[in-house]
Amino acid sequence: MMTGFFDLPTIWAFVIAFAVFAYVVMDGFDLGLGILFPAFAPGPQRDRVMNSVAPVWDGNETWLVLGGGGLMAAFPLAYAIILPALYAPIIAMLLALIFRGVAFEFRWRDARHRRAWDFAFTAGSIVATLAQGITLGALLQGIAVEGRSYAGGWWDWLTPFSLLVGVSLVIGYALLGATWLVMKTDGVLQLQCRSLALRLGIATLVCMAAVSAATPFLSGAYYEAWFAWPRVLFTAQVPLLVLICSAAFFYSLKRDHDYTPFLMALALFALGLAGLGVSIFPHVVPQAVTIWEAAAPAASLGFMLVGAAVLIPIILGYTAYAYWVFRGKTGHEGYH
Amino acid sequence: MFDQADAVLLARIQFAFTVSFHFIFPAFSIGLASYLAVLEALWLKTGRTVYLTLFKYWLKIFALAFGMGVVSGIVMSYQFGTNWSVFSDKAGPVIGPLMAYEVMTAFFLEAGFLGVMLFGMNRVGRGLHFAATLMVAIGTFISAFWILSANSWMQTPAGFSINEVGQFVPESWLEIIFNPSFPYRLAHTVLAAYLTTALVVGAVGAWHLLRDRRNEAARVMFSMATGLVMVAAPIQIFAGDMHGLNTLEHQPAKVMAMEGHFESHPDGAPLILFGIPDQEAGEVRHQIAIPKASSLILKHDPDAPLDGLETLPREDWPYVPIVFWSFRIMVGLGFLMLALGGFALVQRLRGRLHSSRALHRFALAMGPSGFVAVIAGWVTTEVGRQPFTVYGLLRTAQSASPLEAPAVATSLLIFILVYFIVFGSGTLYILKLMHKAPQTATPDQTRDDETEEHQPVRAAGITPAPAVHAGRAIGSRHGPGTHASPTREER
Ligand code: HDD
Ligand code: HEM
Ligand code: HEM
Repeated sequence: MMTGFFDLPTIWAFVIAFAVFAYVVMDGFDLGLGILFPAFAPGPQRDRVMNSVAPVWDGNETWLVLGGGGLMAAFPLAYAIILPALYAPIIAMLLALIFRGVAFEFRWRDARHRRAWDFAFTAGSIVATLAQGITLGALLQGIAVEGRSYAGGWWDWLTPFSLLVGVSLVIGYALLGATWLVMKTDGVLQLQCRSLALRLGIATLVCMAAVSAATPFLSGAYYEAWFAWPRVLFTAQVPLLVLICSAAFFYSLKRDHDYTPFLMALALFALGLAGLGVSIFPHVVPQAVTIWEAAAPAASLGFMLVGAAVLIPIILGYTAYAYWVFRGKTGHEGYH
Repeated sequence: MFDQADAVLLARIQFAFTVSFHFIFPAFSIGLASYLAVLEALWLKTGRTVYLTLFKYWLKIFALAFGMGVVSGIVMSYQFGTNWSVFSDKAGPVIGPLMAYEVMTAFFLEAGFLGVMLFGMNRVGRGLHFAATLMVAIGTFISAFWILSANSWMQTPAGFSINEVGQFVPESWLEIIFNPSFPYRLAHTVLAAYLTTALVVGAVGAWHLLRDRRNEAARVMFSMATGLVMVAAPIQIFAGDMHGLNTLEHQPAKVMAMEGHFESHPDGAPLILFGIPDQEAGEVRHQIAIPKASSLILKHDPDAPLDGLETLPREDWPYVPIVFWSFRIMVGLGFLMLALGGFALVQRLRGRLHSSRALHRFALAMGPSGFVAVIAGWVTTEVGRQPFTVYGLLRTAQSASPLEAPAVATSLLIFILVYFIVFGSGTLYILKLMHKAPQTATPDQTRDDETEEHQPVRAAGITPAPAVHAGRAIGSRHGPGTHASPTREER
C-alpha cells in the first residue's frame, strides 16, 4: 500500500509529529518547573514560579490530548497497539498529571496543606515526565505485535534503555523549565536559574549523546536509517546542528541573554525529535507497523485534514495571544 | 485466579468509574461557564456591583471545578486505547475524527481563553475579558456537541460501512454526526448541565438566605437559579420523554429494560412504578403498576402492543436491575426538580421568594440532586446499550484490550484511591468556598476581604503575582457613581 510521499497518511504523520513537538515545547517547560520546584524557597519564590505558567498550563496540556486523540483518529491501529503495550507507564502518567494539574488551584485553597500540594506538583511532574520518556524508549526498542494487537506482557516496557530515555527526558524538561524562568524572572531568582540552566544544559547533552549512541544498536533498521550511504549525508546534519545549538546555548547563557537560552534549548528538543523521525519513519509502531498500514481510511483522514488545516493556525493564533497577554517578567508590575 | 472475562469486567468498571467521575465536573462547568458569562454581561450592562460580586464568587469555584474536569478528562481520552483497544481499532475511523474535532474546536478554545478569563482581568480591557469568558462558555458547549455526537453514534450508528478488517469506515459524515439519537441526547444533556448548575447555585443561595436573608448577592443568585429551574425542569421532562420515544425506535431493548418489561404485552403494557427486577427469572417481582399506562406513554394508545425482552435472545439483554433503577432515580429527581420550580414560582408570586424558609430548605436539599440525576441518566443510557459498545454491531466483550486482569485490577484500585483523595479534596475546597457568604463589596470591604484571605500573591486564589486583586482591578475601573450597595427596590 506504499504510495507517494505526500499522501494523507504522511501528512497526518507530520501533523501528529507537530502536535507532539508542540506538546514537548509547551508542556515541557511547564513540567520542568514542577521538577525544579523543590529548588526554590517556599513563599514568594515558589509563588512566582507557579504564576509564570498558571494562565497557560491548561492550553499546554491540550496538545497531549491532540496527540493522543489524533493518533486514535488518524492511526487507530497504532493507538490500539501502543496503549495496551504501554499500559503501566501511560496510566502512571495520567495519574501524575492529575496531581500536578490540580496543584495549580489547590495550593491556594488550602494554606495548611500547601506544602503537600507543592510536593504533589513536583512528584506529579517527575512521574509524568519519566513515564513519557519510558514510553518513548519502550516504543523505540520495539513492541511485540501479533495480527492487529499487542502480544507482549505488561512489564515488557521496563528495560535499561527505556529508563535511560525516561531519566534523560526529566533532565531535558528541567532544562526547559530553568531557561523559561531565566526568561520570565529577574534578580536573585534569575541568577539561580542561570546556574541551574548551565548544569542542566551539560547534563542534557550527555543524555542526548547516550541515547543517540544506544539507539542505532537497538535494531539494524535504525543503524541503516542513520548510517546507510547516501542517507548519512543528510542525517549527519542532525548532530552537526546539535553542536551549533549547544554552542549558542552556552554562549548566550554566559552573556546573560534572557531569551536565547530558552530558544536554543527548544532547538535541541526539535533536533531530538528530528532524529527520532529519522529513526522510525515511516513506521508508527517502530519496526512493526507502518503509517500506511495503521492509517484510518481516506474518508476519515480527509475529513479531519480540512479541520486541521483551518483550525490549527487559529489555535496557534490565540495561543500566541494568550502568551502575549501574560508576557514580560512575572511578578514585576504593581506587586509588593 | 483471573481470566479474560474478569479483565473485561474490570476494564468496564474502571471505565465506568473514571467517566462517571469525569462527567460530574462538566455537568457543573458547562452550566457554570454560561452562568458566569451571564453575570459578567449583566454587570457590564447595568454596572451593578452585586453581579461583579457574584461573578468573582463563582469564578473561584469554577476554576476548581474546571481544573478537575480537565485532568479527569485527559484520563478519558487515553482510556479508549488502554482499556478498549479493539474498539479503538475498529471504531477509531469514525469516533476518532469526532474527538479530534472536539479537541481542535473546543478544548483549545476553553484552555486558551481560560487563562485570560481567570487571570487577565487587569491585563485586557473589559470587552476582551468578557469575550474570553464567552469563549470558555461556548467552548464547553462545542465540547458537549462533539463528544455527545460520538457517544450517540455508538448508541445509534449511521452513515458507515464495514471494511475487510472489520473497521467501521465513514460513508457520510453528516449522517454520522447527526445520527438519530444525537439531537435528543444533546438537548437532554445540556439541559441537564444547566439544571445541575442551577440547583447548586440555588442551594448555595438558599444556604446563605437561611443564615441572613438580607444578603443581597444571595438573594440575586437564589432568584436567578430558581427562575432557571422553574423553566428548565419542565422542558427537561418533555425532552426526556421525546428522548425515550427516540430510544424506543432505535434501541427497543433499552426501553424494555428501563420499563422492566421482560414479557410482551400484546394488548397494552402496564407502567411499572416500582418492583424488584429478577434478571435470572426474567420477571419483576412485587410490582406496583398502572395498567396500560406504558403503552399510553410510549405509543400514545393504551391498547398498543409492546414487546418484551423475551422476544430477544438472552445474550442480547442488558442488565435490567441497574437500568430499571437508575431510570427511576433520574425520573424521580426530575419530578422533584419540577416541584421545586413550582414551589419557587408560587412563593415568587406571593412575594415570599426570599423569606420562605421551607423553600430555602427544599432548595438546599436539592443541591446535589442534579449530579445524581445526571449520573443515573448516563448509567441508564450506557448500561442499557449493553452488551454492545457499538449498538447491535460490536460487542463489549469483543472491544476490550488484551490486558491481564491483575494489571487492570491494580490500576483500578489506584484510580479509586487517587480519585477519592484528589477530587475529594477538591470538593471540600469547593464546599469551603461556598460556605463563605458572598459580600457585595463597597470599596472598603473589598480590602477587608483580601486581608482575610491571606493570599498576598494570588489574591482571589486565581490571580497570578503580577495581577492585583482581580476584582479590585475591575472595581477600580468601575469608578464612582455606580451602585456600591443594594438599591432599595431589591431589598
Ligand atoms: C457533555 C459533555 C461531556 C462529556 C459527555 C464528556 N466530556 Fe470531557 N469535558 C467536557 C465535556 C464532556 C468539558 C465541559 O468540555 C470539559 C469539562 C471541564 C473541562 O475542562 O472541559 C471536559 C474536559 C475534557 C478533557 C480535557 C480538555 C482540556 O485539556 O482542556 C478531555 C481530554 C476530555 N474531556 C475527554 C472526554 C472523553 C474522552 C469523554 C468520553 C468518554 C468525555 N470527555 C466526556
Ligand atoms: C460522561 C458521561 C458518561 C457516563 C457517565 C458514562 C457512563 C458509562 C458507564 C456507567 C459505562 C459502563 C456500562 C457497563 O459496563 O455496563 C460506560 C461504558 C462505556 N461508555 Fe460511557 N459514559 C459517558 C460518556 C461516554 C461517551 C461520551 C462515550 C464515547 C464517546 C462513552 C463510551 C463508552 C464505552 C466505549 C464504554 C465501554 C463499554 C462498557 O463498559 O460497557 N461513554 N459508560
Ligand atoms: C423526569 C423526566 C425524565 C425523563 C423522562 C428522562 C428520560 C431519559 C431517557 C429515556 C434517557 C436514556 C436515553 C437513551 O440512552 O436512549 C435519559 C438519559 C439521560 N438523562 Fe434523563 N430523563 C428525565 C429527567 C432527567 C433529569 C432531571 C436529568 C438531569 C438533571 C437527566 C439527565 C440525563 C442524562 C445526563 C442522560 C444521559 C445522556 C442521554 O442519553 O441523553 N434526565 N433520560
